[in-house]
Amino acid sequence: MTERRFAQFKLVLLGESAVGKSSVVQRFVKDSFSDFRESTIGAAFLTQTVDIDDTTTVKFEIWDTAGQERYRSLASIYYRNAQAALVVYDITQKASLDKAKYWIKELQKQANSDIIIALVGNKTDLQDQREVSIEEAQSFAQGMGLLYFEVSAKTGQGVKECFKQIAVKLPIEESLKRRRDRKNRTVDLNRRPNTNEQQCSC
Amino acid sequence: MEENYDVIVLGTGLTECILSGLLSIDGKKVLHIDRQEYYGGESASLNLTQLYSKFKPSKPYQGQFGKDRDWLIDLIPKFLMSNGELTNILVHTDVTRYMEFKQVSGSFVYRDGRIAKVPATTVEAISSPLMGFFEKRRMSNFLQFIVDYTEDDISTHHSIDLDKQTMHEIYTHYGLQKGTCDFIGHAMALHHNDDYLIKPARDTYDRIILYLTSVARYGKSPYIYPLYGLGELPQGFARLSAIYGGTFMLDTPIDELLWNGQGQFVGVKTKEGVAKAPICIADPTYFPEKVTATGQKVIRAMCILDHPIPNTGDADSAQIIIPQNQVGRKNDIYIAVISSAHNICAKGYYVAIISTIIETTKPHLELEPAFKVIGPTKDVLMGIAEIYRPIEDGSKDHVYISKSYDPSSHFESTTDDVKEIYERVTGHSLVLKQRKTAEEEADLAGLD
Repeated sequence: MTERRFAQFKLVLLGESAVGKSSVVQRFVKDSFSDFRESTIGAAFLTQTVDIDDTTTVKFEIWDTAGQERYRSLASIYYRNAQAALVVYDITQKASLDKAKYWIKELQKQANSDIIIALVGNKTDLQDQREVSIEEAQSFAQGMGLLYFEVSAKTGQGVKECFKQIAVKLPIEESLKRRRDRKNRTVDLNRRPNTNEQQCSC
Repeated sequence: MEENYDVIVLGTGLTECILSGLLSIDGKKVLHIDRQEYYGGESASLNLTQLYSKFKPSKPYQGQFGKDRDWLIDLIPKFLMSNGELTNILVHTDVTRYMEFKQVSGSFVYRDGRIAKVPATTVEAISSPLMGFFEKRRMSNFLQFIVDYTEDDISTHHSIDLDKQTMHEIYTHYGLQKGTCDFIGHAMALHHNDDYLIKPARDTYDRIILYLTSVARYGKSPYIYPLYGLGELPQGFARLSAIYGGTFMLDTPIDELLWNGQGQFVGVKTKEGVAKAPICIADPTYFPEKVTATGQKVIRAMCILDHPIPNTGDADSAQIIIPQNQVGRKNDIYIAVISSAHNICAKGYYVAIISTIIETTKPHLELEPAFKVIGPTKDVLMGIAEIYRPIEDGSKDHVYISKSYDPSSHFESTTDDVKEIYERVTGHSLVLKQRKTAEEEADLAGLD
């Protein structure tokens, strides 16, 4: 029996306020939906795993904007070492796709060059109010080399598939190695100090 | 934009961002504004384009040291004490989730024209080239006294009263030579002048303990430093604040400050409209008329090198202290060395930031001994900063202003300022509680 491998990746959410960024994540992480959500407060650090084959599990460490996108005040710490990004727009709001394009530009400026970016059109449950066609978004995504999905956080349609597709694209081996290297180099501040050390070295 | 808040914070320096985070956790509705388009204010880390435009406006960065985005140079050079209060706040607020830290490889002190490692344990003290045989025994006895000292056990006091006797008297008691006192006082207790000698020994005792417990935490040196530079700290606390509901606006100059008839702060006007709050917390640059210069000026020289510092065993990071006595000064010279090991510059480069309190009219010449220590430089950028403090405590006008970042080598005075402002703003002292887990926070946000 081979041992299961866990590879962890930081995924950041981007997109205009109220396109349903947190709802998409809520569907993915908790498989639930609430119609009336306050703007994101409190939870901005969620994790969820996806098994991509019999031996490999990808763990997403999902960063929500915590509202800092509202006045374009996201810190560079947000983009730092992100390996995947979900750029969400609302298929019933044409302007939200333009905002998505802005965030993609920001990602290209600020994030690692090998980041995997997925353009995600949310609210497919509202087909009758659609303002952005699949063709338009798809051809834009293709031109920019992005993954492209349409989902509904409300019904759950396409959400799991979207994260799974991102997971299989991620560089597993490289990530495992990098994490090992980093563990050896950095210190864990949550580890309590070893109070005996002082005496031991005498 | 919503109009009413509990607190408006101006400036995103570390002090302001920690307070913003702590107050948001307390449930206060915080609006946090910075006129600049980046986080960190005076305590930011800048890329080379930003750095050259600030310190050498006539000579923009031309790409001679590689990609701009590989560089993050601290405006205020400091390290975290591994066992210091900032570490404590980071752990309790779980801002450690957003950042990674690495040890600083070495702590060095300048003596008789060369540098040597600061002995941190009794073993190291005994093998240090800084002292002769008998002096080592005396030093060892002194350190043993410090380590053994227990408040409730009078037998460990050796008839010394830390609150009455001066540090000078204790040095004399242990028969320590001047050079040894220099590195205890300056390299371990981290005093930057000799004023402490005639003050009660308690403060110096506390500082030595902080040094020793910090070294004990991870070994090598008492310092840690965040990957990607100190500018990550304000950003991490800003994120904490945002997660607890804080609203952030960068690139937003204050068009007008609003006051009531009693001269009390009531709000600000910006391009986003009017925002009101009964309390304002700000860095000194937002209220020049409400702060006063302390008279101290700090010179900082940011040096780009393509080699490690000689005689540090090729350390990828180090703190080097040049005690004032060693070079005929009143104030110590500090050198903070960091490199690509902490992801703050392109591979193969080192950044040494030299700083001291100015004593003459030719401050750049005062740094000469430090330039000798660090060796050849590829470029040097210099700046002089005035140190400000607020004139009033904020009780009258409801404007609570932080102090400028002082020239000390660590953040202990910064966290003291945070705690004092917190207490003045809230009326009670800061009690750190462990932050909720990610799951509890998810529930809080209705993600259940």
